[in-house]
Amino acid sequence: MLADLLGIPPQLLFGQLLLGLISGAFYAVLSLGLAVIFGMLNIVNFAHGALYMLGAFASYFLLKILGINYWGALILAPIIVGAAGIVIERFLLRRLAGVDHLYGLLLTFGLALVIEGLFVKFFGASGLPYPTPEALKGGVNLGFMFVPWYRAWVVVAAVIVCVFTWWLFERTKVGAYLRAGTENPTLLQAFGVNVPLLTTLAYGYGVALAGLAGVLAAPITQVAPLMGSNLIITVFAVVVIGGMGSIMGAAVTGLAMGMIEGLTKVFWPEASATVIFVIMAIVLVIRPAGLFGRTA
Amino acid sequence: MTNRNILIVLALAALMVAPFVVYPIFLMKILCFALFAAAFNLILGYGGLLSFGHAAYFGGAAYICGHALKVWGLPTELGILVGGLAAGAFGAVVGLLAIRRQGIYFAMITLALAQMAFFFFISADFTGGENGLQGVPRGYALGLFDLSNNITLYYFVLAICLGGFLIVVRAVHSPFGQVLRALRDNEDRAISLGYDVERVKLLAFVLSATLSGIAGATKTVVFQLASLTDVNWHMSGEVVLMTLLGGVGTLLGPVLGAGVVVALQNTLASGPLSAWVPVIMGTIFVICVLAFRRGIVGEINALIKRSF
Repeated sequence: MLADLLGIPPQLLFGQLLLGLISGAFYAVLSLGLAVIFGMLNIVNFAHGALYMLGAFASYFLLKILGINYWGALILAPIIVGAAGIVIERFLLRRLAGVDHLYGLLLTFGLALVIEGLFVKFFGASGLPYPTPEALKGGVNLGFMFVPWYRAWVVVAAVIVCVFTWWLFERTKVGAYLRAGTENPTLLQAFGVNVPLLTTLAYGYGVALAGLAGVLAAPITQVAPLMGSNLIITVFAVVVIGGMGSIMGAAVTGLAMGMIEGLTKVFWPEASATVIFVIMAIVLVIRPAGLFGRTA
Repeated sequence: MTNRNILIVLALAALMVAPFVVYPIFLMKILCFALFAAAFNLILGYGGLLSFGHAAYFGGAAYICGHALKVWGLPTELGILVGGLAAGAFGAVVGLLAIRRQGIYFAMITLALAQMAFFFFISADFTGGENGLQGVPRGYALGLFDLSNNITLYYFVLAICLGGFLIVVRAVHSPFGQVLRALRDNEDRAISLGYDVERVKLLAFVLSATLSGIAGATKTVVFQLASLTDVNWHMSGEVVLMTLLGGVGTLLGPVLGAGVVVALQNTLASGPLSAWVPVIMGTIFVICVLAFRRGIVGEINALIKRSF
């Protein structure tokens, strides 16, 4: 076997590959949300990491205060985060229409500081535990490696979300409007479509995806105020690598980058934190628009 | 003398007397951040390029200068220069990559590469990890003046920061600065006029990174410490805030913004609101972006223009 030839025990190789796939699942769902928001609003949502954290905290409180379990949180937390996003878009981002898009980045950066700062103030920087749902405890032994059910579920869920979003954008009427809005919002408005509403919904959906990623992450990483703070920068690099042109591009790049990161952990552990940034630099040299991006 | 010259002389006099009135370390902190923000404003305010990774040059130079002074035993001014040049070299690499994309992508690329630098400094042996690089010797200025004296150090830092600021002023008012503004306002037209836009952008970026490095290295000498805070992406955000609050694209704005932010942080950190600092900074950020995009100096300029 290849793994044996390279002197790497298969358990280690496949174990890291699975971990890489898990991070890739989070990169995919988060960069998908960023791509959706970028398409309609032309801004990079710096608050994405903070809203991902909000999703995790929402599921924690749903369980602790209302006794709503993981599966309920999987539905409710994205709705809560999406609603928060709609408020942010409607009352803050909307005011920046017509000014340089960089201000959108700065505004969401400020929001990220506020949201994360508030949670650190009230809950401290350390994590709160969130239990793995009963149905997904344990795992399956595949002979060459052990796969915990919950981790397998995260990957499956991420793929479902990506495929659903792709279907929503490429195969439905709303999706057609959204794509048209990305191309030419003025013309779309002239056809009688409510573009401001569409923009609000796009932002809400994008951050709801971040919230969903937060729920998925809660049993794995613990619920911590700064859980999204460094993650989001890696996701930015993923977005630059993939280019923001396509939904599927964001998803595929996310999963691939996670796997590459996992492999790097096996072969060159010291480089695993920086490998995605190095790939970003290489992609920028070879194909500045990103792997799936269209040249402007 | 014109009014402007009188103001400059008064400002210089105030700067000379200041360390006898206000705590010198606090003043030096403001000076270092003022140079950092002025250097950052060179590319944001005059080049229209938002770098979200300037902490890498500030903090990177802080570490390299600290190492040069502590381990290599270089003279203080040479150590600061080495830090600045190293930051400029890294800025050249980042700039080459980042100017391939514009707007939001430019911001994300600079941020991502700065994060890479952050991970490097976290894991490198010489940085001392979470503890930072401590006990950096201040040494002697030009081999003569003992910098362990805070007042002496103040004049040394003032000379460096004023020098850096003058370079920024000179660059802005030079033909190079004119081209930089031209491509900020209309890149296509600048290209059609035959300007090598990429070269101008890169040059501005390297100059900005070098001066940010000088600021960071000087900060290391003042506090005798280089730490992960200097190189973290929050620092990149902080310099954006200082520039935005003071006034993007004005010469004095970033200097004023740096003064306000540092003073605010120092006041809050010792009071009952210390846990709220990130929230307060974030709120100021949001207010600036929503309602106050011209910044303090920009608003004052607009007011003067309206009144006369």
